[in-house]
Amino acid sequence: MTALQEVPAQDAAAPAAVRREALHFALRNGKLVTGLAIVLLLLLLGLLGPVLIGGTPNAYGTQPMQPPSGEHWFGTTTFGQDVFTQFVHGLRTTFAVGVLGGGIAAVIGMLVGFVAGYRGGLVDEALNMLTNIVLVIPTLAVLLIINAYLGVRSVGAQALFIGLTSWPWAARAIRAQTFSLRTRDFVDLARLSGASTWRIITREIAPNMSSYLFMTFILLFGGSILIASSLDFIGLGPTEGISLGLMLQNANQWSAMQLGMWWWFIPPGAGITAVVGALYVANVGLDEVFNPKLRET
Amino acid sequence: MRRYFGRKLLVYGLTFFVAVTINWMVPRFMPGDPISSMVARAGASNPAAAETMRAYYTELFGLDQPIWQQYLNFWAALFQGDFGISIWAFPSPVSEVILGAVPYTLALMIPAVLLSWVVGNWFGAFAARRKALDNAVLPVGYVLTAMPYMWLAVLLAWGLGVVAGIFPVAGGYSFSMRPNWSWDFILDLLHHWTLPFASLFLVALGGWAIGMRNMIIYELESDYSNYLSALGAPQRLIRRYAFRNAVLPQITGLALQLGVLVAGALVTEIVFSYPGLGSLILKAIQNQDFFLLQGTFLFIVLGVLIANFIIDIVYVVVDPRTRAGMAGAQA
Repeated sequence: MTALQEVPAQDAAAPAAVRREALHFALRNGKLVTGLAIVLLLLLLGLLGPVLIGGTPNAYGTQPMQPPSGEHWFGTTTFGQDVFTQFVHGLRTTFAVGVLGGGIAAVIGMLVGFVAGYRGGLVDEALNMLTNIVLVIPTLAVLLIINAYLGVRSVGAQALFIGLTSWPWAARAIRAQTFSLRTRDFVDLARLSGASTWRIITREIAPNMSSYLFMTFILLFGGSILIASSLDFIGLGPTEGISLGLMLQNANQWSAMQLGMWWWFIPPGAGITAVVGALYVANVGLDEVFNPKLRET
Repeated sequence: MRRYFGRKLLVYGLTFFVAVTINWMVPRFMPGDPISSMVARAGASNPAAAETMRAYYTELFGLDQPIWQQYLNFWAALFQGDFGISIWAFPSPVSEVILGAVPYTLALMIPAVLLSWVVGNWFGAFAARRKALDNAVLPVGYVLTAMPYMWLAVLLAWGLGVVAGIFPVAGGYSFSMRPNWSWDFILDLLHHWTLPFASLFLVALGGWAIGMRNMIIYELESDYSNYLSALGAPQRLIRRYAFRNAVLPQITGLALQLGVLVAGALVTEIVFSYPGLGSLILKAIQNQDFFLLQGTFLFIVLGVLIANFIIDIVYVVVDPRTRAGMAGAQA
């Protein structure tokens, strides 16, 4: 409890100092820097690649089944489509699904978690029941049913449904955190001064677990990408455009494996693994930055 | 304890109810008209024929009845085990088609899930706080959990199946064989089973190892561990105590991961054309066989619920606090 003695010293300058300290540790954390670098690199490739390369990812070419070469960096498919062009476009879709799906799930998870944790009582009981139900239902199975009946499937709809089904564990975790914060003195003080529930949640509780919320979003981000790729692979991906999961599906459907066209199925899978793995590693790094207990190890 | 199981069963009951309701609602309230698309697919160009087909389907699905009546009919059919007739495997009933595929999925999933859980926990516990091992386990673990299941499956099938030629890459057994109880056939089954099993096992392994490692580190920092080491207890003993505490969240984690594991098994089966539920789903989607798809959905939900309940029972057996009615596990 040595930290208590420092309290008077931290007044106006405190938030800035905390931020500077976090930045100090963030820049020296190998996991965070490596993870973020990989994610940013792939994000840039996904954002700029389609602009620089041009061309449509699914356009049929004249040179089918070419191994990687100077002209086609990642080779071509059975239909002469350039795998690299598909890869950069697919990356873009993958990030879009991750951000949208993870974002929607994070927002729902936060709302449910905060309200259940802060309000308690009957509201908590009801929301907890809802959370448990959605938690138990296998997500992919629900998404299969919904997507199978959608005639035209877009990336946005896919992300929306992923977001709507993958929030429960986040809600649970945030509820538990809120529970431990709601009896603190500063929350009581805010309540005494007549602040509304919404204000207490957004001004008093959420800022005290902002690092936790951010990490939850990162995990949901990675999870959405993995679910979307499974969905694409089963054949319920977006009906237009390309994604890394769809590339894998095409490769599998047209027997790339049996034909030895490794350049068709290795890049998309490696792309997904790199994005999700880098996110997870960056998350561990963030944990170490925000949680001093973990720093020495 | 009665309260604990009562709550759990209530949640599972409600979940099943919600799942059935989703199953009933999705075809009826989604944008688009399944009947029009079915008529269109049949390619009936003659308007009179199209109209007859439309009337036939409407009556077949009972869509001319009021909504609540349709809903009750749906439940009634369900309790009679009537999931409809499969279009892909016409004229077999859906339940029969699914029951034929379930053993393959279970034979793949149960060993892969249990073994990866046991080995992963053991590995994670062993690696925690051992610098060199930890530095090796952690990156490998993260790469494995980040891998899409189908990608590792494709890599294994390509490397060990197509290139090395050691394992077959398609089917549950050789096409030249008929299922029977001879040793040859069982060996052949095992031969086909190895790669899908290995791929499921490996992807799941990483997550458990990382989870266990983190939990052990947390437990080793707790008061009772410090107290024990202050008393001069051997490290082995402290680690054993830490493990017993750390394994509890991992059991809960297993229940939470079931959905992901099922999804992984489905896509792995598709890669290997393994004749389980995954391949069935692929066939159902390719052939627009909605009855089959919906039946499979309910089976998966039911399976996950049963597995959840088994894990709850295991939890009570493992954690004495739940038995004593103390706040060990949250419902």
